[in-house]
Amino acid sequence: MKDLLRFTTAGSVDDGKSTLIGRLLHDTRGVYEDQLESVRKASRDSNAEGFDLALITDGLRAEREQAITIDVAYRYFQTPRRKFIIADTPGHEQYTRNMATGASTASLAVILLDARHGVLPQSRRHAYIAALLGIRKLAVAVNKMDLVDFRCDVFERIRDEFGAVAAKLDVEEPFFVPVSARDGDNVATRGARTPWYRGPSLLEYLETVEVAPTESAGPLRFPVQLAIRPHLDFRGYAGQIASGRLRVGDRVLALPSGLETRVASLAGQEACPTVSLADHIDISRGDMLADPSAPPAVGREFAATLIWMAAEPLRPESAYLLKHTTRQVCANVRSIRHVVDIRTLDPGPAAELKLNDIAEVEIETHQPIFFDPYRKNRATGSFILIDMISNRTVAAGMILEQVGRASRPVKQPHRGLTVWFTGLSASGKTTLCRAVYERLAARGCRLELLDGDTVRKHLSKGLGFSREDRNENIRRIGFVAGLLTRNGVIALAAAISPYRAVRDEVRASIGDFVEVYVNAPLEVCEARDPKGLYRQARAGQLPAFTGIDDPYEPPFEPEVECRTDRESVEECTAKVLAAIDRALER
Amino acid sequence: MSSDNSHLRTLEAESIYILREVAAEFARPALLYSIGKDSSVLLRLAQKAFHPARPPFPLLHVDTTFKFREMIEFRDRTAREAGLELIVHTHSAAAEGANPFRLGTEKCCHLLKTRALLEAIERHGIDAAIGGARREEEKSRAKERVYSFRDAYGQWDPKDQRPELWNLYNGRIDKGESIRAFPLSNWTELDVWEYIALEQIPVVPLYFAKPRRMLLRGEMLIPLDYDVPPAPGDRIETVLCRMRSLGCTYCTGAIRSAADTLPKIIEELRGFRRSERENRVIDHDQEGSMELKKREGYF
Repeated sequence: MKDLLRFTTAGSVDDGKSTLIGRLLHDTRGVYEDQLESVRKASRDSNAEGFDLALITDGLRAEREQAITIDVAYRYFQTPRRKFIIADTPGHEQYTRNMATGASTASLAVILLDARHGVLPQSRRHAYIAALLGIRKLAVAVNKMDLVDFRCDVFERIRDEFGAVAAKLDVEEPFFVPVSARDGDNVATRGARTPWYRGPSLLEYLETVEVAPTESAGPLRFPVQLAIRPHLDFRGYAGQIASGRLRVGDRVLALPSGLETRVASLAGQEACPTVSLADHIDISRGDMLADPSAPPAVGREFAATLIWMAAEPLRPESAYLLKHTTRQVCANVRSIRHVVDIRTLDPGPAAELKLNDIAEVEIETHQPIFFDPYRKNRATGSFILIDMISNRTVAAGMILEQVGRASRPVKQPHRGLTVWFTGLSASGKTTLCRAVYERLAARGCRLELLDGDTVRKHLSKGLGFSREDRNENIRRIGFVAGLLTRNGVIALAAAISPYRAVRDEVRASIGDFVEVYVNAPLEVCEARDPKGLYRQARAGQLPAFTGIDDPYEPPFEPEVECRTDRESVEECTAKVLAAIDRALER
Repeated sequence: MSSDNSHLRTLEAESIYILREVAAEFARPALLYSIGKDSSVLLRLAQKAFHPARPPFPLLHVDTTFKFREMIEFRDRTAREAGLELIVHTHSAAAEGANPFRLGTEKCCHLLKTRALLEAIERHGIDAAIGGARREEEKSRAKERVYSFRDAYGQWDPKDQRPELWNLYNGRIDKGESIRAFPLSNWTELDVWEYIALEQIPVVPLYFAKPRRMLLRGEMLIPLDYDVPPAPGDRIETVLCRMRSLGCTYCTGAIRSAADTLPKIIEELRGFRRSERENRVIDHDQEGSMELKKREGYF
């Protein structure tokens, strides 16, 4: 079984990181002879002593001239067991940005320590950044053992010191190995000069360490990249599975619409399939299919750890583009909670963020995004900020948690609408109405709920159940719903409203009107009878009770009819939401 | 699928994701199709990414007019069978007789490849050019982004690249600027051949060994497709050989090899101690020459 391991490397300047990678590539034949010849030639050019393995990785001219690594370089090698991708990141003062970049796609970090210097403040920062980016596995290579005569006590002292640092971070127990990158001891093969070391070489460890793929764990998250419509009979949604599994027949929740449907078919590559759905739902790039039983957070406000990557400081008052999964929205950094002092790793106050600062901030997006904490899901918990003028990537962020209430955006107005739920008592109007309310709230719609029972306690207090009083009650609800509709609110009204004429009168006066006939046979409603009203009516204690001794006039042409005796709440909700979407598009 | 290939499926998924991102985020993407093995893999991945639809972008071939005849035949057949628009662009200097012997490889390459590519990008309003370059190929490519930003002159600034984290690619550009997108960034030469074998992807027959008439100059095997100015000591012989990398005929040497099937090529590759670009004359003009070319707008 040959799989892929992505790891990153971190070390202070002169810890010999590039030499270590050069050594790994050289000893696994991940570098070709003509490339080595080029290195040998460059070694002579730069007057370095002997043959400098670091030049294999320090690729760019500018780096050779300055003798430092200025950017992330990616290196590849393989053994019969694994293919490896190394993100080699520089150790000088701009390391935060580069190390974060390298760590973002890695599942393991190799941290280099110089045996002569031990654990430096920078070593702690490297471990901290690796942990921050979600790396749980650290391999600590104590390098330049040849310069301390391969002494066991030196190695053990450093191991204990770094172990104490790691214990405070969200990482597993690190792996420690004494090496000489220059000579090759314990890098690819075990060395004879450390007889006291009984563990595997660094390469043996990298070949065998178990790294759980994060994608498979957790509930389904499928950010849609694009819709694929080769012809009228096929509509699929292409994307990469960020977590969980997709199988034909699975129920999925579409966000932001809040509609639920089933996976009708799957085509293409297992990890990045094209999905067709059982129901026609309008889905486009930036939307997400998720597990309905464990949906992501939906909202516009969240706290995040931000790594500032641009020379120009963060301006909290200006808007940035926020790219999260396949969704791009406008966003403001609302407040800086604190900045981490990279020397002490302690939090402190700050008014602005400068290059390489790491801070905890609160962010507000102009439209909702669908997210999980980065700790739980790297793909749905990460984002970048882009400057709208310069188009540069200025920050990388990792979501901590949602803040504030479920979001209610004001910047993306939808039109107003009245959704009128009519039906017998106990037919399921309130249940359905609340389910629809929650889905619309998750989308960030402006909403109001007018429930018949509640209205009768306030707006229609004193009205009875005569035909006139019932009509008056409906007209009052209709009047309020009309005001809300005119002001861009989706008003959800749930009332028995038994008479067709007054319902049609309300419909005519409002215009933007969706009638939902919540239909269940009288026997079913009577059997449900949650408030015991049918029992009282049958006993003659509630005169003029709809369905018993007062008529219910079903609508002739409702926009939606839900058979709550046969259809689940989810199915009914999906039908109503689809009708609402159609009405809002009109 | 056998679990032996799990690394290939991981790479495949990453590439498909990148191809779709480019298609979704740009108005006028084009796939830089250079006919070689990497382009063949790239095209197959594009077909998978948008299946059952066709890839929503044309193929663009920058033709230096010094390509192998078999390459041009293969190109036209491939585009036709894929049902994709094929844009072929040649720099006007080619008609005026530009060639590496008169100009030297550096200037020839700058005109017929770099300038021609920039011309094509401008003429066709291409805002994202998808290329098959891999980071493993060459040391300056090792630092290349998946989305590589190019200014209005097509230039790459290796010291000022956009940070690229996770799979969140920043494709924001202003008018005239462009992105070079590299879906095969993390593939190695061995991955490419293993994938070609796994997926049975057609490649130009030049990659397979057979006896060919070649010009022998020192250790180099130079194809006879175009007239090469003679040098003392040149010999013409039939040699069992194949191409490891395909460029222009003059600047691509063949290697002595008996590998005439995919398994034999893969077997041979595992034993190789020298890089695939070694036979490319252009990379060795001077130390760091690929980086210089890339700064000017080369792939």
